[in-house]
Amino acid sequence: MIASNQHGRVLIRGLTKSFGETPVLKGIDLDIAPGEFITVLGPSGCGKTTLMRIVAGLERQDAGSVEIDGRQVDSLRPDERNIAMVFQSYALYPHLSAADNLALPLRMRRLHWRQRLPGARLFSGRVREIELEIAARVREVAALLQIEPLLGRKPGQLSGGQKQRVAVGRAMVREPRVFLMDEPLSNLDAELRVHMRAEIAQLHRRLGVTFIYVTHDQAEALTMSDRVVVMMQGRTLQFSPPGRIYSDPADLQVARFVGSPRINTVPGKATGRGSVEISGFEVALDTGMAAGTALTLALRPSETRVNLRAAQAAGPGFEARIVHRENLGSDLFLHCHVEGIEGPLIAREDPARVDDFPIGAAVRMQFPPGQLLVFDADGQRVRTTSGQRVGAAA
Amino acid sequence: MSASAAPAPAVVAAHQRRDRREVLAAMALAGPAGALILLFLIGPLICIALLSLTDYQLGAKTMRLVGLTNYVEMFGDRVFRRSLENTLIYVAVVVPLSVGLGLAAALLIEAGTSLRAFYRTVYFLPVMATLIAMAIVWEFALHPTLGPVNVMLQAIGFSRVDWLQDRNVVLYTLAGIGIWQSVGFNMVLFMAGLQSIPKDLYEAASVDGVSNGWDRFRTVTWPMLGPVSLFVIVITAIRSFQVFDTVQVMTKGGPNRASEVLLYTMYSEGFEFFRTGYAAAVTMVFLAFVLTIAVLKTWLLDRRVHYA
Repeated sequence: MIASNQHGRVLIRGLTKSFGETPVLKGIDLDIAPGEFITVLGPSGCGKTTLMRIVAGLERQDAGSVEIDGRQVDSLRPDERNIAMVFQSYALYPHLSAADNLALPLRMRRLHWRQRLPGARLFSGRVREIELEIAARVREVAALLQIEPLLGRKPGQLSGGQKQRVAVGRAMVREPRVFLMDEPLSNLDAELRVHMRAEIAQLHRRLGVTFIYVTHDQAEALTMSDRVVVMMQGRTLQFSPPGRIYSDPADLQVARFVGSPRINTVPGKATGRGSVEISGFEVALDTGMAAGTALTLALRPSETRVNLRAAQAAGPGFEARIVHRENLGSDLFLHCHVEGIEGPLIAREDPARVDDFPIGAAVRMQFPPGQLLVFDADGQRVRTTSGQRVGAAA
Repeated sequence: MSASAAPAPAVVAAHQRRDRREVLAAMALAGPAGALILLFLIGPLICIALLSLTDYQLGAKTMRLVGLTNYVEMFGDRVFRRSLENTLIYVAVVVPLSVGLGLAAALLIEAGTSLRAFYRTVYFLPVMATLIAMAIVWEFALHPTLGPVNVMLQAIGFSRVDWLQDRNVVLYTLAGIGIWQSVGFNMVLFMAGLQSIPKDLYEAASVDGVSNGWDRFRTVTWPMLGPVSLFVIVITAIRSFQVFDTVQVMTKGGPNRASEVLLYTMYSEGFEFFRTGYAAAVTMVFLAFVLTIAVLKTWLLDRRVHYA
């Protein structure tokens, strides 16, 4: 039942789509390897669902093409594309039992419309035979998803998580080459969401087919996928493994969208002599930009240190004052105000030291210069080399 | 009421006082509505049921209890049997056709993209128009020699039909007008039902291989319209049992009782022959049909078409 790893390559080229005057997709190119788990991550309205619906064949693109396993599918109906889709609302047929929901795609595929008429199985041995095979396949999928006891129930009698499983089962039953999932966990409560995250990742490993998963939840994107596509305003900003999305963002918007709490950003300027000027001090960081070029410098809270004895701290840093503390148990986040910089800068500290950081304390915020992410005026990443070490590799 | 181990007598008394107060308050609050229901719904029903057991005549000073005499006479009466039979035929023709055509119109209008509001209004016009006025228009339209219907029929080579004078045709003519009148209403209900079907279901169906219109209708549309369809069928059936205005205006039950229907029989017995007791018995039969439909609806709704 497991599709071969050779299947499920999805090639998207130059995809554009507008709804009336509003452009939704502005030229999307993606090459998704067979068996890969891809997450399309972005805020609501960025076009990610439209992208998925075009791949599914539920929406028609204005330009560009979609290929699945080397075959252009643009003119094919959704059921001819060898894809399956799990909807955000699950979209189970409410009048059918879970078993019939699972069987429906098989009945549609294997039985002629005349064989699907009520009572057909009374007259035709062939229909009975096919129905037996379908029932066997339904049981097989149900066993895999552990929903056998639910097969007789209607969707109205199932909980959110159970509906979710039945919806996944209905997608699996036809052995598609590509699985499309549109925010499948967004209707579940927080605990179940974490659980289903693991379950879907396991399912992917087991089936070995291509998964394209749309979400606005960065935790889902970072924990489940082989690669993440970050989409904003109808464009793909970055297509990388989850770790790189976090540590090596290609665009300021990506840096801001991924990571919690949000990445610290401060304005800066290239000095033209192998350093960057920030808020009154200089950091040795070669940007290769002309002197005076305006830059945005970004720094993860986890890379920022807070030094209490401001006067004694060596090296450059922000003179700051602690304005707010958040102790999450595993992390302590200090919100610090810096004169001349809008919004607080946030630093992560050891929660055991919470009492060392009283609100109102004057501190110096410091960081390894190599951890500073530099973006130009358009938000594009600028590759840098620092005094100590080479910054995040290109 | 009282929960665990025996509470102190004073506490029990206090609880009882409070319970009594709550019951009184509940009765006071439900009272007005209850009184109105008794006065305007249950009361008249009981009166009719009682009247049907008497020989009361409209305006008479006395009446006598006659037991089931009215019912015995009624079921032995050729006119009543004809009337009952005609009503059932009328319902059997109007319900399936006006429900089916209403659904078809709703599907067609929903499937189209332009002129939706126009079609919706046009189909709904007969519902808004007064049927009595429309009946007069129909009477003219169906006039054997002057009516445009026959003129048109003859123009394309058919012989003319005596729509309202032919015994074998008149009931179906009336049914046609009944259908014309209720298709629009049914269509509007079906359109509301269609719009409430989640688009996701159609999309899921198309991914699942439901590719042609018929399969889509069978897999999604028809099952999801279940509750609306039941409602439409019940409403249409009850309204068809109530057919009266067209008969009264256009045929007076004729020719030769060929278009005599239950409510018309009741009307003529009660208000033309002043046999109120007998008319009450006819009304009871009419009520029995309507009640049966209502009970059937409740039962079906609980069992078959309720998905939540």
